[in-house]
Amino acid sequence: MRNRLRRSMVVTVVMVAVLSLAGIPAAGQARAYRAPHTADGKPNLNGIWQAINEANWDIEGHAAAPGLVTALGAAAAVPPGPGIVEGGPIPYQPAAAAKKKENFEKRLTLDPEIKCYLPGVPRANYMPSPFQIIQTPKYIMMVYTFARAVRTIYMDDQKEAPADSWMGWSNGRWEGETLVVDTTGFNDQSWFDRAGNFHSDALHVVERYTATSPDHLLYEATIEDPNVFTRPWKISMPIYRRLEKNAQIMEFRCVEFVEELIYGHLRKPPSK
Amino acid sequence: MTHRFLASTVVVGIFVAIVWLPRVPVAAQAPTAKKPTGPAKTAKPWTTPRTPDGQPDLQGFWTNTTYTPLERLKNVTKEFFTEEEALENAKRAADVEGEQTEPGTIPDVHYDFTQFGLDRSQGAMALNLRTSLIVDPPDGRIPPMTAEGQKRVADRAAARKAMGGQFDAAQNEPLSVRCIIMDRAGPPMLAGAYNNNYQIVQAPGYVMILVEMIHDVRIIPLDGRPHLPQNVRQWTGDYLGHWEGETLVVESTNFNGKNPFQGSSENMRLTERFTRVAEDRIRYQFTVDDPTTWARPWSAEVPMEKTIGPLFEHACHEGNYGLANTLAGARAEEKRAVQEAATKVSK
Repeated sequence: MRNRLRRSMVVTVVMVAVLSLAGIPAAGQARAYRAPHTADGKPNLNGIWQAINEANWDIEGHAAAPGLVTALGAAAAVPPGPGIVEGGPIPYQPAAAAKKKENFEKRLTLDPEIKCYLPGVPRANYMPSPFQIIQTPKYIMMVYTFARAVRTIYMDDQKEAPADSWMGWSNGRWEGETLVVDTTGFNDQSWFDRAGNFHSDALHVVERYTATSPDHLLYEATIEDPNVFTRPWKISMPIYRRLEKNAQIMEFRCVEFVEELIYGHLRKPPSK
Repeated sequence: MTHRFLASTVVVGIFVAIVWLPRVPVAAQAPTAKKPTGPAKTAKPWTTPRTPDGQPDLQGFWTNTTYTPLERLKNVTKEFFTEEEALENAKRAADVEGEQTEPGTIPDVHYDFTQFGLDRSQGAMALNLRTSLIVDPPDGRIPPMTAEGQKRVADRAAARKAMGGQFDAAQNEPLSVRCIIMDRAGPPMLAGAYNNNYQIVQAPGYVMILVEMIHDVRIIPLDGRPHLPQNVRQWTGDYLGHWEGETLVVESTNFNGKNPFQGSSENMRLTERFTRVAEDRIRYQFTVDDPTTWARPWSAEVPMEKTIGPLFEHACHEGNYGLANTLAGARAEEKRAVQEAATKVSK
């Protein structure tokens, strides 16, 4: 396996060298990368991956801002980010824009992340912890650190979502070098970020995963929800391979961390 | 959320109905297990297929549902039942399960096991001739606990008691009620009351085991890496795998001790072995080694029978209205008791 990988990397390097000699611009080089293929001839996306950006705070561009927990000071401040939304602000319908604003104002109590709820899609992909892709011809599993969320991408035996769920029901296909994942069957409970960007249960996400180097994926997602947005819109970002030898999806069983928050008001009062 | 749960159980229900129409008597269902797991019989040797990267292929959907107890019952003296006895036991157990929800009772409102296909007799299940899952010691029972182990169990019970009643706080409830981890999900993996379904997926360097309940998942690395540092403890431990011939061996340490297995300590070393012995069967064996708890290691063997997928998301915590309602109910009852006492006094 390693030999094959090395050989294909050499091929890639040669290829990139040839391309750059031909004077093709840098952006073109990135897209020309072709990932090593699996035994069934598909781009090999196996690995432990993580987005490195500030989208989980707000997928739109945003300046630094203070956090909501005074005691945490700078540690809980919002890091500034240029955003991952393409082509201007998220096209909310007027009522939905008002709800987004309300979500933002009440985010300390409403953000499902705070309650250790499953993060939904696309949010799971840019939370600040790694996820692992386990790729087989029939199923591609995406296993996330946060709340141990799991997605099964059905590459064959595809069907419609049998019921709504947090992580949705994902059917996948290969378009050339790109894994395309079509996800529906969401409930209306997850958010896109800590800023209150949201969706309804009509959410439809089409994601594209394309390897752009041995250690990078280009992630693009088209987001459609006729109950909330005026038109489909798109996000994109690179996702980076975690290169540590001991990289792994460790346990983040956050339910026990939120029990006092969620159920503390139902605790039996101390007897006098 | 409730209606969503219902929707998915309806899906399951319909599905079960399709599979089991006409509903055949339980005794006839049990033989869906084609080959009972019992004393080795001379059968055609099974060659495990290989994944593209050369691993023995364990992939698919599996269930370890069973009526066989972990420990041999006191009145049973043999290692194996006859097939006839095993079927009779399964039928009796299925009858008991089928009776547990009388219309209008609280269990009926909570779950009707038979209606929604949650009872064990309605799904795939290996017919196990063993009289206990424990195969070593030969008496089929957990070895006696060391004095240290007994003290730990007593200490834990005392600490738990000091926390107050079960309904005083969420933290006092069992782990599975809190949706942190199913009490028999382990590892080692044993069947609980229902939905004992697993999906195994293999990619180069990894075996992934997804447990349906609470979408618990282990991604087992096969690269021979060392264990996590001693101080890093996890609920399901730190699990490392390697192949010994046809068998996947998974060695786990670094447990946090918060989900003790049969009274084990955080020092437990667990060895699990997965061997595909037939197209539709994995032999799952585990050995528990914890000298601070038991004087000797002990081992069990559980057949995993092929079942059908897919596994649907089990968002346990997200839909855990039961926990909040139970606590709220307890508070309401306390309040009522106080009011009633006050009324009595004023009379």
